[in-house]
Amino acid sequence: MASLAAGPVCPLPRGEHDRVQLGHGSGGKMSAQLLREHFLPRFTNEHLARLGDGAVVPMGEGPIVLSTDTFVVSPLEFPGGNIGHLAVHGTVNDLAMMGAIPRYLTAGFILEEGLPFDVMDRILDAMADAAARAGVLLVTGDTKVVDRGKADGMFVNTTGVGTLHDGFAPEPAKARPGDAVVVSGPLGRHGMAIMAVREGFAFESEITSDTANLAPLVESLRTEVGGAVHTLRDATRGGVASALNEIAAAAGVGVVLEDHAVPVPGPVQAACEMLGLDPLYVANEGVLVAFVEGAAASRTLEILKGFPEGRGAAIIGHVVPDHPGMVVLRTGLGGTRVVDMLPGDQLPRIC
Amino acid sequence: MKYLAEYRDPKLARALVGKILEKATRRWTLMEVCGGQTHTIVKQGINDVLAPAVEMIHGPGCPVCVTPLEQIDRALHLASRPDVIFTSFGDMLRVPGSECDLFQIKAKGGNVRIVYSPLDAVELARKNPDKEVVFFAVGFETTAPANAMAVWRARELGVANFSVLVSHVTVPPAMVAILEAPDNRVQGFLAAGHVCAVMGWTEYEPLAARYRVPIVVTGFEPLDILEGIWMAICQLEEGRHQVENQYVRSVRRDGNTPARDLVGRVFQVVDRGWRGIGVIPASGLGLQEEFAAFDAEKKFALDFIRADEPTACRAGDVLRGRIKPFECAAFGTTCTPESPLGAPMVSSEGACAAYHNFGRFRQAAGGGG
Repeated sequence: MASLAAGPVCPLPRGEHDRVQLGHGSGGKMSAQLLREHFLPRFTNEHLARLGDGAVVPMGEGPIVLSTDTFVVSPLEFPGGNIGHLAVHGTVNDLAMMGAIPRYLTAGFILEEGLPFDVMDRILDAMADAAARAGVLLVTGDTKVVDRGKADGMFVNTTGVGTLHDGFAPEPAKARPGDAVVVSGPLGRHGMAIMAVREGFAFESEITSDTANLAPLVESLRTEVGGAVHTLRDATRGGVASALNEIAAAAGVGVVLEDHAVPVPGPVQAACEMLGLDPLYVANEGVLVAFVEGAAASRTLEILKGFPEGRGAAIIGHVVPDHPGMVVLRTGLGGTRVVDMLPGDQLPRIC
Repeated sequence: MKYLAEYRDPKLARALVGKILEKATRRWTLMEVCGGQTHTIVKQGINDVLAPAVEMIHGPGCPVCVTPLEQIDRALHLASRPDVIFTSFGDMLRVPGSECDLFQIKAKGGNVRIVYSPLDAVELARKNPDKEVVFFAVGFETTAPANAMAVWRARELGVANFSVLVSHVTVPPAMVAILEAPDNRVQGFLAAGHVCAVMGWTEYEPLAARYRVPIVVTGFEPLDILEGIWMAICQLEEGRHQVENQYVRSVRRDGNTPARDLVGRVFQVVDRGWRGIGVIPASGLGLQEEFAAFDAEKKFALDFIRADEPTACRAGDVLRGRIKPFECAAFGTTCTPESPLGAPMVSSEGACAAYHNFGRFRQAAGGGG
């Protein structure tokens, strides 16, 4: 009777288990332990350390910019990054596209019962690392645990706060005819990396996500090019095509792209060909689209190319007063086609 | 990209465009049969640059577009069943049935999955023995061998919970239907290279002779298409009507014999309804009797599901080149890419969707519809 000899077995889950349990969302000791052991040590800073219901932070001069984004991705880890990288870069990039210098982040986590701690820890490590590199502090947060099957491992929401400087505030409505359309890197890597793991495709060479912090690129554009930068947008869901359509509609201008100038990595192009997808619509997590005055286009390109994330930057088109709200692409043949918004997700074609 | 970039060289392409424009003494009307070719033509703007010499009619070769409403409704019915995992190629999911589409069924809790090969569906059936896995077997002769292989493999492995909802169609009977129509305007065809890679081109030879039309077996890259058009225009200008092969790197006269054999063993020729066109005799493939156990229509007794095509949608006339999409009263009003009445408005390469976008561009650019 070994179990008797060992004494009564406590039915309560114990702390050293290797997975998230519902008790970790109870608000009791297990919740406190989850924070103490997994979250707080990674994001340590004076604001977070106070463990208040919120954070009190100094902001300095200038208007503040707020942005929020929620991250759901399956699988949580993929070649080139994980949901933690996305959660920091995504919101930091959204602030940067507004022209802001990112300062603080909040993070809300929905954890699914059964999520292995080692996966969660890798994701938190990635977040901590990405935040430190971006120079943003995670100052307050929240965790909830939901029943197994009610979430895809982990959902993360981050809200970011940044500050505007020197009147630099690019926005979609500011795009003007004569602007050059610049992308900071080759297209389609994130979307195809996810698709390759999700569907179990083995392409010739592995495609890695491009998840990256774009704020330093924007900061250089602000100081070097300033007001000649009219519009910035990170080309995430829906890809560059959707970002361009939104800008064209907001500014009431037309966009003309040159097919030959659009940078697409070989493996992404090959994967897209095979599946009948268009890289213009595939998601990126580390590519920005800039609308800059024509005269500042080459300087913009030069600045972007000075960063590792911007090495593949290219001028892909320009803005015209014709066909307002519409994006068209000029093909190598000299033909023209409309690059429209998609009604929904891009679907692999049969033929 | 190796083996692709070579067929996209803009300089060579522009040279071919120049040759075609120079050769044509009048405007000819050609039909590209296949949706994949339509995709390249629209994507590269080939119709645009060749407009003075050729009118390209987008033919009925998009399997998504020609799958009849009845089969879509049957798919929707199956996908709604709690005991079924319904598998399909991606672009079938947004095709509207009488009531809704597969995406909406999925949102309501139906188990609908996109697969990239029918063999993946067989695998899914093996992994889910407590579910019925149905694969939506659509397409032309191109997809028929892989779909036949899936059924063959399922029988070999004894996977009894796998079946296929078949809506296979074949190209030559559709070409005959177009050519026989009293108001036919098509003067030459680009035959689909991948269909011919399987089937060869012997069955096109009597068509070219009987209807006195040039038929050029053509590939899918921009240079393939341009060369195919060039060869067809040369024939027309010279008064010839032969079957020629542009796609020499993939197609032999007899096609792929093992693939044809497999298709012949699993499938038999049947009458098949085409969306918007109606039933064309001997224009489709259905399962052979010995594979009846894998026929979803029999397994789930789907015969009771019948559907009439919406009368407002003139997809059939569009697919036969009788009218341009904008000549349909529903075009751009009750039928848009966001809420399509007919399949050609569904995919961005569908004839109606292509015109919808291009027409908007022309109007916005001040050129009229």
